[in-house]
Amino acid sequence: MKGMTSIVKQTTKLIAGMIFMYGIYVIVHGHLTPGGGFAGGVIMAGSFILLILAYGGDFLNLLKEESGTTMYENLSMIVVLFLAVSGLLVGAHVFFLNWLPKGTLGHLVSAGILPLYNIFVGIEVAASIVTIFLALIIFKEEVTK
Amino acid sequence: MEIAISVTTGFMIIGALYAIHARDLLSAVIACGIVGYGLVICFLLLKAPDLAIVQIVVETITLIIMVAVVMDSTREEKFQKLDKQGNFIAIIGILLIVVLFYFMMSSVSSLDPFGEGKLRMAHSYVEGATDLTGSANLVTGVVFDFRGYDTLGEATVLVTAVLGVLTIMRIKGKKSGS
Repeated sequence: MKGMTSIVKQTTKLIAGMIFMYGIYVIVHGHLTPGGGFAGGVIMAGSFILLILAYGGDFLNLLKEESGTTMYENLSMIVVLFLAVSGLLVGAHVFFLNWLPKGTLGHLVSAGILPLYNIFVGIEVAASIVTIFLALIIFKEEVTK
Repeated sequence: MEIAISVTTGFMIIGALYAIHARDLLSAVIACGIVGYGLVICFLLLKAPDLAIVQIVVETITLIIMVAVVMDSTREEKFQKLDKQGNFIAIIGILLIVVLFYFMMSSVSSLDPFGEGKLRMAHSYVEGATDLTGSANLVTGVVFDFRGYDTLGEATVLVTAVLGVLTIMRIKGKKSGS
C-alpha cells in the first residue's frame, strides 16, 4: 500500500499524537465528563488509521501489527470478564459488583471499579477497529498479488 | 427545538433517498454521511452529548473505510429495470407503509408529550445513580454498573465481529502465508 504526499505526511506527524492523547483523555475521564470507553477507543483507533493511510506500510509489517492488535483485543476482553467475575468473590457475591471504595465525587480516582472497566473496554474497542481496518487492507494486498 | 429536529430529520430523509438513487457510488456514500451527521445534531439538540461523541467518531471512521472501499472497487451503480415481480413487490411495500403510517398516527395521540415520559425506573436512575455508583457522569454509572450485562454483550459482539471478519477475509492461512 502506497503512502500519500509529503504535505499529508507532515500534517499527520503533527496531529496523530494529539489525537491519540485526546482518546486517552476521553477514556480516563469517562466517569467525570461525557465520553467513555467506546468513544475514546474509536478516537484512538482513528489516530492509527490516519497513520496507516498517510504513510502506507509494508505487507509484512501490517501482518505483524495485525497479530498484535488481535492479541490486545482478546486480552483486554478477558480482563473485563475477570473484573466482572471478581465481584463474585468479594463482598455481596454479585456479578458486576462495584466493590472498590467509591472515593469523593468528581475526583479522577473515584467511582470504584468503573474507570477500570472504561480503560479496558477502550483498549478492546480501539484494537478491534484497527484489526478490522488492517484485515481489509491485507485482503486487498493479497488479492492484487 | 422540535422545529430544528424536524428540519434536521427532513435533511436526513433527503440524504437517504439520494443515497439510494445516486449513479455514482462515492456520492451515495457521502449522502449516507448526511444521515449520520444529522443524527449527531439531533442527539446534541436532545441533550445527549455521550451519544453524540460516539456517533460522530464512529460515523467518521465508517465513512473513511467506505470511501477507501469504493475508491478501490467499481464506482458505477448497475441499474436494472423493474420486472413484473419487482413492480408487485414495490406496490405491496407502499401499501404496507401507508397502513403502518395510519396506525402510527392514530397511536401517537395516546402518547405522553415529547420529552416528558414518566417512567418509574428512569426516575429512580436519575435520582439515585450518582450516590449509588459514585460516578459524576450518570451515563457511565448506568452503562457499567446498573446495565453491566448490556455492556458486556456489546463488547462481546465487537469481538465476535472481528473474529468473523478475520475468518472471511483471509485467503491464505497464517502458516502458509508467512
